[in-house]
Amino acid sequence: MIGRLIDWLNGRLGLDTFRELAEHKEVPIHRHSFWYYWGGMTLFLFGVQVATGILLLLYYRPSADEAYESVRFLMTQVSFGWLIRSIHSWSANLMIGAAFVHMFSAFLLKAYRAPREATWLSGMVLLGLALAFGFSGYLLPWNQLAFFATKVGTDIPGSVPLVGHFVLVFLRGGENITGGTLTRFYGFHVAVLPATATVILSLHLYLVQRHGMSVPPSVEDAGGRPRMMKFVPSFALRDAMGWLAALGVLALLAALFPWELGRKADPYSPAPAGIRPEWYFSWMFQTLRMLPSRILGLEGELVGVLGITLAGLGWAIVPFLDDPQGRGRRARVWTWVGIIAIVYVLVFTWLTYRDVKR
Amino acid sequence: MKRRDFLDWLIGISGTALGAFVLYPVVRYLVPPKMPEAATRRVVAAKKDELKPGSFKTFPFGGQPGILIRTADGEYRAFTAVCTHLGCTVQYRSENRSIWCACHNGTYNLEGGNISGPPPRPLERFEVHVTGEDVVVEKAKGA
Repeated sequence: MIGRLIDWLNGRLGLDTFRELAEHKEVPIHRHSFWYYWGGMTLFLFGVQVATGILLLLYYRPSADEAYESVRFLMTQVSFGWLIRSIHSWSANLMIGAAFVHMFSAFLLKAYRAPREATWLSGMVLLGLALAFGFSGYLLPWNQLAFFATKVGTDIPGSVPLVGHFVLVFLRGGENITGGTLTRFYGFHVAVLPATATVILSLHLYLVQRHGMSVPPSVEDAGGRPRMMKFVPSFALRDAMGWLAALGVLALLAALFPWELGRKADPYSPAPAGIRPEWYFSWMFQTLRMLPSRILGLEGELVGVLGITLAGLGWAIVPFLDDPQGRGRRARVWTWVGIIAIVYVLVFTWLTYRDVKR
Repeated sequence: MKRRDFLDWLIGISGTALGAFVLYPVVRYLVPPKMPEAATRRVVAAKKDELKPGSFKTFPFGGQPGILIRTADGEYRAFTAVCTHLGCTVQYRSENRSIWCACHNGTYNLEGGNISGPPPRPLERFEVHVTGEDVVVEKAKGA
């Protein structure tokens, strides 16, 4: 009976194509294979975000008068509301962490070499979208920390000459952070960003499927083509083990450290001491914090913002700047750029947590 | 020009025009309308005995926060509370008699001057009058 149903579906949906794809997909085994799991891990955590995000939508009310109260209601009155919200918040952080590990490992293993430039670029867009998800979602509980984080975060593009003010007004829905900003961020968070992410994620996964896993130049040089592992079931089962572990970590974090709600946003009260952004923005925050007010006659903030933007652009187009084969002096220089970037992000993140205590 | 080339050109132009007709209202829609600025020049920021020496409060002033400080000597000073760096709301720290922004550790002195950290400009200072029971804050003349 089930066999006939499968045959019937196969005749209409062409399921054999997918089965053949799964049967033929293989993953190289070598000393850096561990890093192959991080893309899947990011994808799994994104799935958790989608599921918990939909659940949060059932109670959340996107207005300045009701947002904070609706989240408080969800956390105190709704069964397991605290758990769903805490998992959503923790999973967001772990997802961005996994995406960073995925990006830095792809960078250092030179997985962006031809023909995978578009895979790298789509990954960079996905990381940008993940950060935008984090930034827009942070405001939604409408608490004091979120209010000032959004104020600073939207003021930063506002400092860019010519287009800055337009971007600021577009993001805020006016000159100031108001209920209008909340509605806009809600729209970005639950409609615009998910729709865009779905398209870009599909492209990214298609490209990974099309080009297969990249083998690092060092492995290729060491001894030709490495051994291969079947994606189904060997690699997929290992992936699933990692996801199960991640789910356990998420449950543990959510249970032991439920996400705080803080105080309701008050546009006229001072920024609280100990204010700092989420960890993934803190290296930028610390950079802006340490810059003097003026550098070479320009405002320090503008120099910082332009510097970070240029560094980000340089990072995004590295497939076109590095040696196409990932070998030789130019490739070594770019490896060092990657290592310096990792050290910079780690040190400046640590500095934030050292200097700004809550 | 061949008839096919002409038609291709016509379709291209028509498509672009159609795209522009659709996009223009969408882009305009995305930019929020300008709200008239509240022309506030003067507000009652506090009652006369509300602030003890060495304390402060923030208050709404034309849609933006202002800060009213009562110094240790009992003197009132008022400024815009919007940090000139990235727009956070500042606070008064009585222990070192300075105005401080928690967001990026910027400090101003009690004249509003930016003295350390990233703020590029001083805070705008307001005039303060004690009128009967009210502490009135007013934009400086010419500001």
